[in-house]
Amino acid sequence: MFGKLSLDSIPYHEPIIMVTAAVIILGGATVFGLLTYFKKWGYLWREWITSIDHKKLGIMYFLVALVMLIRGFADAIMMRTQQAIAAGGAEGYLPPHHYDQIFTAHGVIMIFFVAMPMVIGLMNLVVPLQIGARDVAFPFMNNLSFWLTVAGVVLVNISLVVGEFAKTGWLAYAPLSGIKYSPDVGVDYWIWALQISGIGTTLTGINFFVTILKMRTKGMTMFRMPIFTWTSLCANVLIIASFPILTVTIALLTLDRYLGFHFFTNDMGGNMMMYVNLIWAWGHPEVYILILPAFGVFSEVIATFTKKRLFGYKTMVWATVAITILSFVVWLHHFFTMGAGANVNAFFGITTMIIAIPTGVKIFNWLFTMYRGRIQFTSPVLWTIGFIITFTLGGMTGVMLAVPGANFVLHNSLFVIAHFHNVIIGGVVFGMLAGLTFWFPKAFGFTLNEKWGKRSFWCWLVGFYMAFMPLYALSFFGAMRRMQSYEPTGWQPLMIVAWVGAVIIAMGIACLVIQIIVSVKDREKNRDLTGDPWDGRTLEWAAASPPAHYNFAHLPTVSSIDAFWEMKQQPGGFKRELAHEFEDIHMPKNTTEGPLIGLFAIVFGFALIWHIWWLAIAGGLGIFVTFMFRIFNSDTDYYVDAAEVEKIERAYYKRLEVQV
Amino acid sequence: MDPSGEIGQGLKSLIITAFGLMLIVVIPVIVMTILFAWKYRGTNLAAKYTPNWEHSNVIEVFVWAIPCVIILFLAILTWQTSHEYDPHKPIASDEQTMTIDAVALDWKWLFIYPEQGVASVNELAMPVDTPVHFRVTSATVMNSFMIPSLGSQIYAMAGMANDVYLEGNEIGIYRGRSTNYSGEGFSEMLFDAHVTSVDNFDAWINEVRQSSESLRFQGNYQDLAEPSIAHPIEHFSDVSPNLYEDIVSSFHSGQESQEQAGSHADQEQSMPMSAQAAE
Amino acid sequence: MATDTLKQHDAHAHDGHEHHDTGAIKVFGFWVYLMSDLVIFGTLFATFAVLLSGTAGGPGASDIVELPLIFVSTIFLLVSSFTFGLAILAQTAGDKGGVLKWLAVTFLLGLGFICLEIYEFHHLIAEGFGPDRSAFLSGFFTLVGTHGLHVSLGLVWILIMFFQISKQGLSDVTKPRMLCLSLFWHFLDIVWICVFSFVYLFGAMS
Repeated sequence: MFGKLSLDSIPYHEPIIMVTAAVIILGGATVFGLLTYFKKWGYLWREWITSIDHKKLGIMYFLVALVMLIRGFADAIMMRTQQAIAAGGAEGYLPPHHYDQIFTAHGVIMIFFVAMPMVIGLMNLVVPLQIGARDVAFPFMNNLSFWLTVAGVVLVNISLVVGEFAKTGWLAYAPLSGIKYSPDVGVDYWIWALQISGIGTTLTGINFFVTILKMRTKGMTMFRMPIFTWTSLCANVLIIASFPILTVTIALLTLDRYLGFHFFTNDMGGNMMMYVNLIWAWGHPEVYILILPAFGVFSEVIATFTKKRLFGYKTMVWATVAITILSFVVWLHHFFTMGAGANVNAFFGITTMIIAIPTGVKIFNWLFTMYRGRIQFTSPVLWTIGFIITFTLGGMTGVMLAVPGANFVLHNSLFVIAHFHNVIIGGVVFGMLAGLTFWFPKAFGFTLNEKWGKRSFWCWLVGFYMAFMPLYALSFFGAMRRMQSYEPTGWQPLMIVAWVGAVIIAMGIACLVIQIIVSVKDREKNRDLTGDPWDGRTLEWAAASPPAHYNFAHLPTVSSIDAFWEMKQQPGGFKRELAHEFEDIHMPKNTTEGPLIGLFAIVFGFALIWHIWWLAIAGGLGIFVTFMFRIFNSDTDYYVDAAEVEKIERAYYKRLEVQV
Repeated sequence: MDPSGEIGQGLKSLIITAFGLMLIVVIPVIVMTILFAWKYRGTNLAAKYTPNWEHSNVIEVFVWAIPCVIILFLAILTWQTSHEYDPHKPIASDEQTMTIDAVALDWKWLFIYPEQGVASVNELAMPVDTPVHFRVTSATVMNSFMIPSLGSQIYAMAGMANDVYLEGNEIGIYRGRSTNYSGEGFSEMLFDAHVTSVDNFDAWINEVRQSSESLRFQGNYQDLAEPSIAHPIEHFSDVSPNLYEDIVSSFHSGQESQEQAGSHADQEQSMPMSAQAAE
Repeated sequence: MATDTLKQHDAHAHDGHEHHDTGAIKVFGFWVYLMSDLVIFGTLFATFAVLLSGTAGGPGASDIVELPLIFVSTIFLLVSSFTFGLAILAQTAGDKGGVLKWLAVTFLLGLGFICLEIYEFHHLIAEGFGPDRSAFLSGFFTLVGTHGLHVSLGLVWILIMFFQISKQGLSDVTKPRMLCLSLFWHFLDIVWICVFSFVYLFGAMS
C-alpha cells in the first residue's frame, strides 16, 4: 500500500534531525496559526500564490532562496564543525551516514535551491521592467515554473524527516548513485527534486528568452538593452541548451534505478564515464547560468553608483556572448584524471583558460568604469568591490586547476572546494546580495538599511577569507574533499580557523536578516516615492516603486543605452507627471492551475520516491487534469480599463506631490 | 606540499609557474581596484570626473591583449606539460619499470605484484628510483588512486584498466588514498606507500611470501571484495594467475561474471579507455 | 505550453493586431521549446552511440532490426506528416470540417505507428532482449521509446485539438495551438528520420 514507506522511515534515533524537524514543524505551525488568526489566507492566495505578476514571483523566488540559504548554511556549519573536531582518529559527532548526506544536501541546496532561485528571482523582478514590458511572454508558465521549483524544494526538505537524502555528493556520480551501491531512497529524492525543479527551470529559460527577444519596448534594439538583460539573455540561452542534458541524464539514472537499465552500471556494458561527461556537459554551463546574471548586476551597480556610463558596453556584451559559447567546450576539465589522452586534456585545459580572457576583460571594464567616476560607497558598491578582488583570486585558482598537470595533484582536494566557493560566494552570492540591495526598493518601495547591509558585507567578506583560504593551504598538505574524518592532527588548527570563518559568515547572514527586519520597521523613513532612489540609468527606475501591476501606464520609448539616464539628461530633465489620457491595458489573470500542478508534482515525486505506485498515478493524473483545465480555460486575461489605470496613477502622483 | 618524487616536484613547480604568470594580471587588478576606489570616491571632488566617457581604443587593446598574452603563455605551458606529465607516459629511467596493480575495493586498496606473484591490502612497497607502472582498476564504484607526495592521481573504474606511472626518489613512508568520494568508508580508504631501498623491497616481498594466506579470484577474493571500513593490512603469499585481468573482465559481461570468469577471453571487449566526449 | 495569455504592448489602440501578435509569440516560444527538445534527442543519440558496443554478449544492432516493419511504420509517420499539412491547409482556408477530417486521419496513422512500435518492443522483450539485457539495448529502447513517448503525447494533443476545434471552431485560441502542434508533429517526423537512419539503417548494415 505505501511502497517502501513505513513508520521506520523516520529517523527517530537521530536527535539532530528530530530537533530540526521539531523546529520546522513549530515554525510552520506558527506561520499557519498567524495566517489563520489574521485571516490572511485569502490575501496570500489571491495576491501571491496564484499571482502571475513577474515582480511578485521574483520576490517569492528570493524568499524561497533566503529560507533555503539558511538550511544550506546549517549544513555548511555542521560540516565545518565536524571537520574541526574529527582529527587524528576522532570520529567527531557526525557518523559517515549522516555526514555524507549533509555535504550532498549542502551542494544540491546551495546550487539548485539558493543560487538558482536568486538568479531567476532577480531576472523575474528586473528584466521585464528593464525592457519596458508589462509582463513576461508566458505569465502562466512563469507561475508554473515557480511552483515546480518549490516542489523540488519541498521534496528536499521532506527528505530530512522522511527517509534520507542522497549520500553521493551533489552530482550523484554513477555507479555510486546506482541501485546497487545506493539502494536507499536518498538518491530518489535527489532525482525527483532535481527533475521536477529542472523542468521548471527549463520553462523559465524558454519564457525569458522569448520575453527578451519579443517583448522589448519601442526603440530598444538589442544593443540598447541594459547589461543585466543581456547577461540574463545569455543565461537563458544556456538554460535552454543545457538543462535538457540534465533532464536526460537524470532520466537515464532513473531508468537504471527503477527499471534495471544499464546506462551507468559497472557491468552489462554500462558506462559510468558517460554519466560524468553528461552531468558536466550540463554542469559547466550551469555555473555560467549563475555567474553571468551576477556580472550583469555588478555592471548596473557600478555604472549607477559611479554616476558614469559603463565602460565598453559593446565589449561587455561580446565578452558575455563569448563566455556563453565557450562554456560548452570546457566540461572535461572537471575530470582530467579520468585518463583521457594528453591531447584531449590539453585541449580542454586551453579552452578553459580562454574563458579567462573575456572574463578578465569584464573585470578591467568594471575598473575603468570606476576610473574618473564619483563612487558612492553604498553596500551594493561594497559587494561589487569585494567581488572584483575575490573573484579575480578565484579566477586565478580556476586557471591553475585548468592546467591538467596541476590538476593531477589538485583534483578532488580542498583546493577545488576553496576555488569554487571563491567564485560562487565571491561572484554569485555577492552579486545576488548586491542585486537584492539595489532592486529591493523597486520591489517594495523602500530602501534597505545601509548600516546592517554593510555589516553583512564585512562579515561575509572576512568570513569568506577565513573559511576558505585555510582550505587552499590544507590542500597542499593532501587534504581531500568529502572527508568525514582525517588522520593528521596538523590539519586541525587550519580547520578550526575555517570553522571560525563559517561562524563569521553566519553572522553575515544574521546581519542580512536583521537588515530586512530593521528596514521593514523603518519603512516609512526609507520610503522611495520617486521610484528612482539611486539616480538610476535604466528603465526600471522610470516606473513607480513598487510599480503598478501593469508596470507602465504608457510604455516608454527608448533611443539609447541607459535610456532613463538619457531621459533625465534632456533639457528640462525627466518629469514625472500625470498623463492626460489613459488606455485600457491587457493583462493576464491569476492562475490556480500553476500552484495546483506544483502540488500534484510533489505528490507525484514523493510517490515515485517511495514506490507508491497508485499515488504516483493519482499525482500524474492530477497534473494532467489540471493542465487540461488550463487548456480549456478561456478566461485567462482581462483589461484593466482606463479609468482604473487613471485612478492608480493619480494615487501615485498624489503621494509624489505630498513628498515634494 | 612536500613532493618527494620527480613527478611531484615537477607538478609543484608547474603550479608555482602558473601562479606566478597569473599574478602578472591579478596583482595589478587588485591594486587598481583599491586605487580607483580610493581616488574616485564620491567625496574627492578634486578627482577628474567624466560621466560620459565610455570608450577608449587604447584601453580596449590593452585589456584584451594582456589577458591574451598571458593565456597564450599558459596555453603553451599547458600543452607541453599535459604531454610531459601525461599519467600514461612511461618514465624514462635506467632502472627497469616494474608493474603493480592497484584495485579499489569497498573501502580498501588491493595491490597485486604480478611479477612477484604476491598481493597486499592497504600496504604498498616500491623500490626507490624505480619507475612503477600502476595498473589501476576498481571492483566497486569510481575511486581515484593517489599518493600525494609522489604526484599524479588517476581514476579507478570498474571494468576499465587505467594506469599511471610513478616513481619514488626518496626513501620513506607516504600516505596514499582514494581521493574520489566512494561512500561510507571513503575517509578511511588509506594505505601506506613504502618507498624502500632495493634490498628492503626484496625483504618486504619475502615477508609477504611468508604469509599463510593466498588470494584466489574464485575464492577468498570475493570475501575480500565485500565492504569493510579501515581494513587491516593483509599479505597474500600467492595469487591466482591473471587476478587483475579477471577482476577487470568480470564486469565486461554480466551473465558470466562469477561462474565462468576464467573464460573471460571470448567475451572480452575493449572498453573505451579514455573519457569520451558525450556530446 | 501553448496555453498562455499574452500581454499586449498597445492593447487598446490596435485590437486588430493583438491576437496576431499573441499567436506569433506563442509559435516562437514553441520553436524555442522544440530546440530544447532537440537537445534531449541529441543527448540520447550521443548516449546510443557511446553504448553501441555495450552489448554484454547480447544482441547487437543488426540482430534486432526488422527493416520491413520499420519501413511500414516510417511510411505511417511520413504520411501522417503530410496529412497534418493538409489539416493546416484546411485551417488556412477556414475549413473546420477539413481540419477535423485530416486530424482524424493523422491520428489513425500516428496510432498505427505507435502500435507497430509497441509490437516491436513487445517482441524484443519476449525474446529476452529487453532494455535490462544490456547497455546497448537500454540505449536503444530509451532513444526509440522517447520518440514514441513524444508521438503518444502528440496523439493525446491531437485528440484534445479535435475535441476543442469541434466545440470552439477555428478561433484565435485554437489556431496558434494547431500551428504549434503541426510544428511538433513535423519535428517528430524529422527526429524519426534520424532514428530510422542512425539506429535502424546503420544497425541493419553493421
